Amino acid sequence: MSGPKYDDNHGNSTTMLSPIFGVLFDGIAYGMLLFVLSVGLSVTLGLMNFVNLAHCAFAMLGGYVTITLVNEFNWPFLATLPVAFVAAAIVSVALERTLYRRLYRASDLDQVLLTIGLAFISVAIAAYVFGTTLQPVETTEVLRGSIGFFGLDLGKYRLFLIGVALVVTVLLVAGLEYTRFGAQVRAAVDNQRMARGLGIDVDRTFASTFALGSGLAGLGGALAIEIVGLDPNFAFTYLVYVLIIVSVGGLGSIAGSFAAAILIGVSDVAGKYYAPELGAFLIYLVMVAVLMWRPAGLVGRR
Amino acid sequence: MSANTTTITPRAYLQAQSRWHPLEIAFWLATLLPFVLFPDYLSLASQIAITALFALSLDIILGYAGIVSLGHAAFFGIGAYTAGLISKFGWGDPLSGLVLATAAAGLVGFAVSFIISRFRHFTLIMITLGLGLLAFEAANRAHWLTGGSDGLQGMSIWPVLGIFKFDLYGYTAYAYSLAVLFFVFLGARRLINSPFGLALRGIRENWVRMPAIGADSRAHIRKAFTIAAAIAGLAGAVLAQTTENVSLESISFQRSADVLVMLVLGGAGRLYGGLVGAAIFMVARDQFSGIAPQYWYFWIGVLLVTVVMVLPNGILGGLSHIYARWRRK
Repeated sequence: MSGPKYDDNHGNSTTMLSPIFGVLFDGIAYGMLLFVLSVGLSVTLGLMNFVNLAHCAFAMLGGYVTITLVNEFNWPFLATLPVAFVAAAIVSVALERTLYRRLYRASDLDQVLLTIGLAFISVAIAAYVFGTTLQPVETTEVLRGSIGFFGLDLGKYRLFLIGVALVVTVLLVAGLEYTRFGAQVRAAVDNQRMARGLGIDVDRTFASTFALGSGLAGLGGALAIEIVGLDPNFAFTYLVYVLIIVSVGGLGSIAGSFAAAILIGVSDVAGKYYAPELGAFLIYLVMVAVLMWRPAGLVGRR
Repeated sequence: MSANTTTITPRAYLQAQSRWHPLEIAFWLATLLPFVLFPDYLSLASQIAITALFALSLDIILGYAGIVSLGHAAFFGIGAYTAGLISKFGWGDPLSGLVLATAAAGLVGFAVSFIISRFRHFTLIMITLGLGLLAFEAANRAHWLTGGSDGLQGMSIWPVLGIFKFDLYGYTAYAYSLAVLFFVFLGARRLINSPFGLALRGIRENWVRMPAIGADSRAHIRKAFTIAAAIAGLAGAVLAQTTENVSLESISFQRSADVLVMLVLGGAGRLYGGLVGAAIFMVARDQFSGIAPQYWYFWIGVLLVTVVMVLPNGILGGLSHIYARWRRK
């Protein structure tokens, strides 16, 4: 690169470099969004080996809860986020108790079929209730616009997104490391039989973890509207991203999901910016290559 | 599967399985009815035969060998595009086109089978999904070759054997698709009722134990996967030739998911499962699409949940269960 000389014009060099940093920043923010969407699935898959392809349907539910509250009831955007979380968690637990739990020991195929079926139903219901168009949402005044930072324009909303993801990560890691519930989850992920033998109610642990994971998906869905919009196909469009992150990161690993989310987020944004003709080719290739190299994912143990 | 199967020798079991049941003969005679009863629906009947062929190919790997694939449409698409491109570039003979398209899909399937046979469970599902999406993106991006989202235009197919032209009403199309389906079905029936087919079922039930009794699971899976890929390519080629057009939809995830739904609905692990499932699915879609196209998938979803919860072996599994109970009385 025959770039500008740093000593004679500092300001110019940052504007030359800013596309790279801009792409990196957008990629990380996008990766953080994907992390919030996918971490729940990673934990539940690692815990119960349950292939839940309806995960993004819960995210979509969270998104529509937020849209309804903001557009119909004039709630402030930030206040709707906890509601999106709770709504997705409650619906997921209801389904877990009625349908999912009967298939914990069933084959992968049955689990795939049940959850794809639920995702189809969710898409049709969303199309029926909200129509098939992209839904806009007004975020709070504070999150609009951008902050100048050494010549870079950092979108406030993307900064907020990174902040939320970091808080979620810290809470999850701390919760898993230092609480009694976290210890039970880790024990069940590591060795389910042994955990049962020690008197841990793995089914109940799973139900709570499932609610937590789906709640996070609901939060992710609400946060995603501003970045990628929301339409009834959300349940399938982002399912692919989420599955890629989960399988690349390794089942049951928060750190793995975090790393994979950043990797996929940055390569997706960079791919769209620098090589738009490749489309989604790049991330699919990354996934297949990583899985063939390490079938259990980057951090996976199994 | 009842208790008496365990007391007879494997050879006698296979021979009993390969005997033609009167119901089977009735089934194949019934496939000729559309010529007489529904001459207006022959193009739909042709689509059903093609889809049934595709479902049959998935049945070999999923129903018998237990390999879940979410990207099977990749091979369907490879066959369709190969047949389409051959005819677009001046060779419109249908039968040799079928052979070339089948060979192309089989070759790719053979290469992919080395990846497939190494993995199980969730990783396998993700890899087949990833490969299917890669194939879709490749077809989408190679606009100069495949026409991308506009579809492949400009095919011209010569008459079958130089005699039968593909007509507007679909007489030739249905006869052609049905003949291909029937001959492949005979082959698949022979394959499934052979010791190889029995070994595949063994792999489905216990992947680890089969090598211990002398059947190398990976080699068997490679063979089965290659065969299934070739048949899927053949189905794609028939679709391309009878419709004289290849759309991006033929290689999409939607098609992979649809064929999975049909097979499970009819009954996976049964030769007629995919055929019955495809017929029900396609007729239902044709009937409902006029009313509410975008809500069609609501009912597919309900159907899937019901089948998994209530009818784990599909419609044919349920029927044979009822039949077995009725005979015992």
